[in-house]
Amino acid sequence: MAGGIVEKPASAEVVHPTVHYLNATKGFKNWLVTLDHKRIAIMYLCAVSVALLLGGFWAIVLRTELLHPHDDVVLSNAWYNRAFTLHGAVMVFLFIIPGIPASLGNFVLPMQLGAKDLALPRINLFSWYLYVMGLILFLGILFLGGLDTGWTLYPPYSVGGGSEHKAVWLNLIMAYTAVFILGFSSILTGLNFIATMHKLRPKDMGMYDMPLFLWALYATSLIQVLATPVVGLTLGLSLIEHMFNIGIFDPRYGGDPVLYQHFFWFYSHPAVYIMVLPAMGVQSELIATFSRKHVFGYKAIAWSSIAIAAIGFIVWGHHMFVSGQSPAAGIIFSLLTYFVAIPSAIKVFNWVATLYKGAIDFKAPMIYALAFMYLFGIGGLTGLFLASIANNVHLHDTYFVIAHFHMVMVGSVLTGFLGGVHYWWPKMTGRMYNETLGRVAAVMVFIGFNVTFMPQFVAGTRGMPRRYANYLDEFTTYHQVSTIGAYILGAAVVLQVGYLLHSLFKGRKAPPNPWGAASLEWQATSPPDFHNFLEKPVTMGAYDFENWEYVSEEAGYVLKREVIETGKSLAKAH
Amino acid sequence: MSTSVAEQETSQAALPERPKQLAMHFDTLHQQFTTGKLAMWLFLGQELLFFTGLFTAYAVYRGNHQEMFHYAHYFLDWRLGGANTIVLLTSSLTAAWSVRCAQLEQRKGLLITLALTFLCAAAFMCIKYVEYSHKIHIGAVWGSNFGVPLNEFPEHLREKYPDLTPEQLQQMGTGSFFAIYFCMTGLHGIHVLVGMALYAWLFIRALRGSFNRKYYGAVDNIALYWHIVDIIWIFLFPLLYLIG
Repeated sequence: MAGGIVEKPASAEVVHPTVHYLNATKGFKNWLVTLDHKRIAIMYLCAVSVALLLGGFWAIVLRTELLHPHDDVVLSNAWYNRAFTLHGAVMVFLFIIPGIPASLGNFVLPMQLGAKDLALPRINLFSWYLYVMGLILFLGILFLGGLDTGWTLYPPYSVGGGSEHKAVWLNLIMAYTAVFILGFSSILTGLNFIATMHKLRPKDMGMYDMPLFLWALYATSLIQVLATPVVGLTLGLSLIEHMFNIGIFDPRYGGDPVLYQHFFWFYSHPAVYIMVLPAMGVQSELIATFSRKHVFGYKAIAWSSIAIAAIGFIVWGHHMFVSGQSPAAGIIFSLLTYFVAIPSAIKVFNWVATLYKGAIDFKAPMIYALAFMYLFGIGGLTGLFLASIANNVHLHDTYFVIAHFHMVMVGSVLTGFLGGVHYWWPKMTGRMYNETLGRVAAVMVFIGFNVTFMPQFVAGTRGMPRRYANYLDEFTTYHQVSTIGAYILGAAVVLQVGYLLHSLFKGRKAPPNPWGAASLEWQATSPPDFHNFLEKPVTMGAYDFENWEYVSEEAGYVLKREVIETGKSLAKAH
Repeated sequence: MSTSVAEQETSQAALPERPKQLAMHFDTLHQQFTTGKLAMWLFLGQELLFFTGLFTAYAVYRGNHQEMFHYAHYFLDWRLGGANTIVLLTSSLTAAWSVRCAQLEQRKGLLITLALTFLCAAAFMCIKYVEYSHKIHIGAVWGSNFGVPLNEFPEHLREKYPDLTPEQLQQMGTGSFFAIYFCMTGLHGIHVLVGMALYAWLFIRALRGSFNRKYYGAVDNIALYWHIVDIIWIFLFPLLYLIG
């Protein structure tokens, strides 16, 4: 298929633009001072991909080390601790939390509203710079010898130091500063998103006309604005404590380390929903689009996002069942934790109901969406085991917990991210990726995940503790199978990077709407104009797929003539 | 930081009568104003949560060490704290007044109220400096560095508890009170400094005549920020100075 066909099909014109946001201005400097949300989104995408590859690299190294129960395969014990700390910190703070909202959300959010930009473009660029500063600080930590506190930076692990540990002392200061800065990057993104959804939404689009991705981002932004300041304060205090020995969290000066845990999880549990809610939003788009069916239970999915955000604020104590929290608090937090399962299950049931009698198209993004449901199902249900106190005390800090939160944080978020990247790739770059390789990689991710984490569930129930460089011989098989799974995952990522980069140069030119999706961004050209839309898009329900028809010469969908002429969605007309 | 030629060309071509302060992605100045205001309210929500952590830490430590908090608060001078309260309340008045002046396009009034707000903030920081330097001088500081000799005990404390010794205070962990005191007032002080910078910036813009009755969002939003800084102090003052 040659690109650049500008023949006139039956119902509408398909344009491959020669001037678009990617080449409207040229030069590195123009990118660095851009206020365009699409360019900032691409810069975010590049930065979070670097973080993903860095964190992934450490994961592979860790899994390789665990091939043998006793020997140091690639890491000394001290470096094992540093490797899992950096793996966790980089993945959580630099990839999973900002990943979907800052890259995909940044690109898509204004376009789904038919707007020209986010409400606060300068704040948007500023948040990217904050993010990059955080990334650089983490790289600095790596070069200065690493941290071994675990990603949670708990005191008293993190209170060592003194003159003989100058490097550790400095690294901790850098880590606190980095997370503090990243927190503000996240807060600014959140408030920008909320302001945009309220103020730049077109008059004829109500909140219930928004795509569910935006509802998910709205819920995410609420958490970002309301929870992140607490971790900012906590790490700010830790930083000051570290420099001046003030005694807020450090028991040596009369501080309370459990207070740190309360503060930390007051943010970091809601942060789990900052991670997973945007992925759920992507999921709603993918499931509906590739079932070619209006999403089932729109309002239920929309409000369950808000419910998850709200309940997420009152469950943090379930991280502290064995930290000296009172039994009464434990019981209350356990009960509250069960409540999160309700809105989560509502979402999954609605997605399944959307699939029912849909015209399912197994494109690569759809395979990720199906993988998401499966992995999130397991991750969510094992969360219920951990929410019950008696089980939790037994399973606390074992591989069962590791497997559980990887299923949710990575199994769901990474598949959501990858599904979203593939889904919006034609819109962002104007090129189609290789569909066959895309499907192969998606299946590899799915298999790799299960092979990696299923054995960890079993090892965990049998008592394999987390964060150990060596282990008893009886766990050898579980660890070796798990490592093979990690390699499959690694290979899938390498494959993805390969064909996605290849598509930038050799990929077929993308039509404006390759998937037949109905949200507004697909009415723009691929890649979009600098101002997003050449003319005002026809406002329509986000799942009114009947407005689009397939045109085989373009290998994509175009708006039906009737819709263009009346400027109204067919769903409203009938 | 205009982004590109393309941006300017298109926005001019599409809507020739756009006010120059109107950013390209808004339709009207009113929309731009309300967007900025919503964003500022969200930011203030974030600020509240930010301080809430410290207030929680305060509650936890005060709940666990009521006696120590009681002794320690004698080291704070309520007269200086009270003076600062009055100074800040005055600055909130001038801040609110500056918004009114901007709305009515009273240039002189705007400049005077902005300058007064800045000066009140500066006065607050001067008083704070006096308080801080005195405490550091006598050793009423954070953590294990706390150690005030008997002759530096405040009069009221010595009258009421003649048997209290410096060692007792140290063992009670009075340093924790000062850890919290310095963190809370210090963080608040940083906010005052930021406010001073913002008011200086507003003053320069007002001198240049940047504001009019349709475009005064910056004055309004920074006043909102200034009010929250004030409100936080209204809580800090009784919680730290007046717990006797």
